Amino acid sequence: MARAKRGLMARKEERAAYLFLSPWLFGLLAFWLIPIIASLLLSMTRWEIIRDPEWLGFENYREMLFDDRTFWVSIRVTLKYMVMSVPLYLVAGLLLSLLLNLKIRGINLFRTILFVPSVLSGVAVAVLWVALLNPDVGAVNSLLRDLGISDPPRWLQSPTWAVPSVVLVGFWGIGGGAIIYLSGLQNIGPQLYEAALLDGAGPLQRFRYVTLPMITPTLLFVLLTGLIDAFQVFDTVWVLSQGGQGGLGDSLQFYLINLWNEAFVAGRYGYASALAWVLVLIAAAVILIVFKTSGRWVYYEYDPERNR
Amino acid sequence: MTTVQAPGEAEVTRETVAPRRVLRYRIRRISYKTLMYVLLIGLCSFILLPVGWMLTAALKPDLAPVFTPTPEWFPTEHWQWDNFPEVLTRRLPFLRYTINTMIIVIGNILGVLISCSVVGFAFARLRFRGSKVLFYILIVTMLIPWQALMVPQFLFFVKIGWYGTYLPLIIPSFTGSAFFIFLIRQYMRTIPKDLDDAARVDGLNTWQIFWRIILPLSTPVLTVCAVFTFLASWNNLLGPLIYLDDQKKFTVALGLANLVSIADTPWNLTMAANLVTIIPTVLVYFFVQKKLIGGIASVGLKG
Repeated sequence: MARAKRGLMARKEERAAYLFLSPWLFGLLAFWLIPIIASLLLSMTRWEIIRDPEWLGFENYREMLFDDRTFWVSIRVTLKYMVMSVPLYLVAGLLLSLLLNLKIRGINLFRTILFVPSVLSGVAVAVLWVALLNPDVGAVNSLLRDLGISDPPRWLQSPTWAVPSVVLVGFWGIGGGAIIYLSGLQNIGPQLYEAALLDGAGPLQRFRYVTLPMITPTLLFVLLTGLIDAFQVFDTVWVLSQGGQGGLGDSLQFYLINLWNEAFVAGRYGYASALAWVLVLIAAAVILIVFKTSGRWVYYEYDPERNR
Repeated sequence: MTTVQAPGEAEVTRETVAPRRVLRYRIRRISYKTLMYVLLIGLCSFILLPVGWMLTAALKPDLAPVFTPTPEWFPTEHWQWDNFPEVLTRRLPFLRYTINTMIIVIGNILGVLISCSVVGFAFARLRFRGSKVLFYILIVTMLIPWQALMVPQFLFFVKIGWYGTYLPLIIPSFTGSAFFIFLIRQYMRTIPKDLDDAARVDGLNTWQIFWRIILPLSTPVLTVCAVFTFLASWNNLLGPLIYLDDQKKFTVALGLANLVSIADTPWNLTMAANLVTIIPTVLVYFFVQKKLIGGIASVGLKG
């Protein structure tokens, strides 16, 4: 009797659950599953608005890998950005959060100021930096000349310095990454530091043996999002390269900029879908590699499932 | 920090350490603190100087040079407040852009709050077959970049005649967003399960438990979601860029991007438009920053 009743309750609960889930389930179908399948099919066709679709099989992928110079340029630009930005933002964000975690007077004001750029739109930040990085009259080069550098970089107008410029613009918003570290730092129990102090650990040892291991889950999160985000850089670069034109000598031809150009400027929806699929595969590979290696360096204090 | 450790430390110091070592310790602490302040002030100038330059440029009349040989970090000579009405209504339509953006932003906040709270509730507090699998799917959709699906989505929205309207920018948010569902789920799981059981004994059904008990207790995480949604849709460029073709329907981000990349707009007006774009986000940030940072900390990004 009791069992039958629980069964009824459970069934009622289950029905309610699926009702509650229904908006998301609908979205999953309409905006994920169907588009994923559609995208796979599209990627095997020549699909342009004005012409009838034509089945190509793997031709788009072959063209991408063997005949499309811009695709490889976009991979190179994106990787260059990744290599320059991810370690820099990772370390600088952590150092900044350590600074902002100090208990000194006025720290709230400093936090407020340093977090401001992270809420600004990428477009607005880019517009500002287009002006600041103007090679001839911009404020950055004026300062550099005052410091005695007679021939400062031409930033966005130089193929060598274009990607570092994007890294610099992103660095201006480093406070956003610091918020995440800061919440990680504040979740570290003070008793750990007290114990370390009693054992005679100095500030560097406390960082090395308490802070660093305790913050590895946050580091994992920042690393993962940083790697994936490198393939999703768009808004800022679209502005920095005059409406997604890819910069001088394709120096700002980021992966998503190239995809956008193929789809919405050239109207090659089939080919762009193939590019999108490669993006998914790259993202999946990055996630798998990071998770596979994370067991070696990420430290979990407790089982999160049990504590929540 | 001092309140926690001071008593023990002070005792040790008083009894065993010679005064000269105390002095040396103090000097070291003061110079350490000074170094920290120098670093913080340096970093803040790195943030504030460009903002000051932008304000200076935005307040210049058309004929004054925006780029001076020595950069000006704060307006001194020129205070042309008239540039703002110029940007908002006269020479540029940023007031219209702002209203357009507000429509999308409000639609998205409503969509996210309604759908994600309901779905997050189911994941957090209801038992059903398939919950594990569906949760994994949720995590996967969080990790797949949505831009990978924008081409078929675009063709679909064109097909049903939504191109050039705000519908493709608003309606999907009513089906939930994986990240916010995840945040809300994490938060709702921290609410004691006894509450539900007590409510069930009192005869409340699942919907009433959600609406009267769990939802009111979840306002901190809902605030975080609302603010993130505001920021994301206010600042979004790619969506409006793909779906909007009529200048009258542009959002602030798209209008601003257009100014610099395509139209040849004077720099003083561009910077005024830039300020118009960022002021709402900065205001929202100032009002909610305590809750926001606390919210991120409470939700936690572990595991």
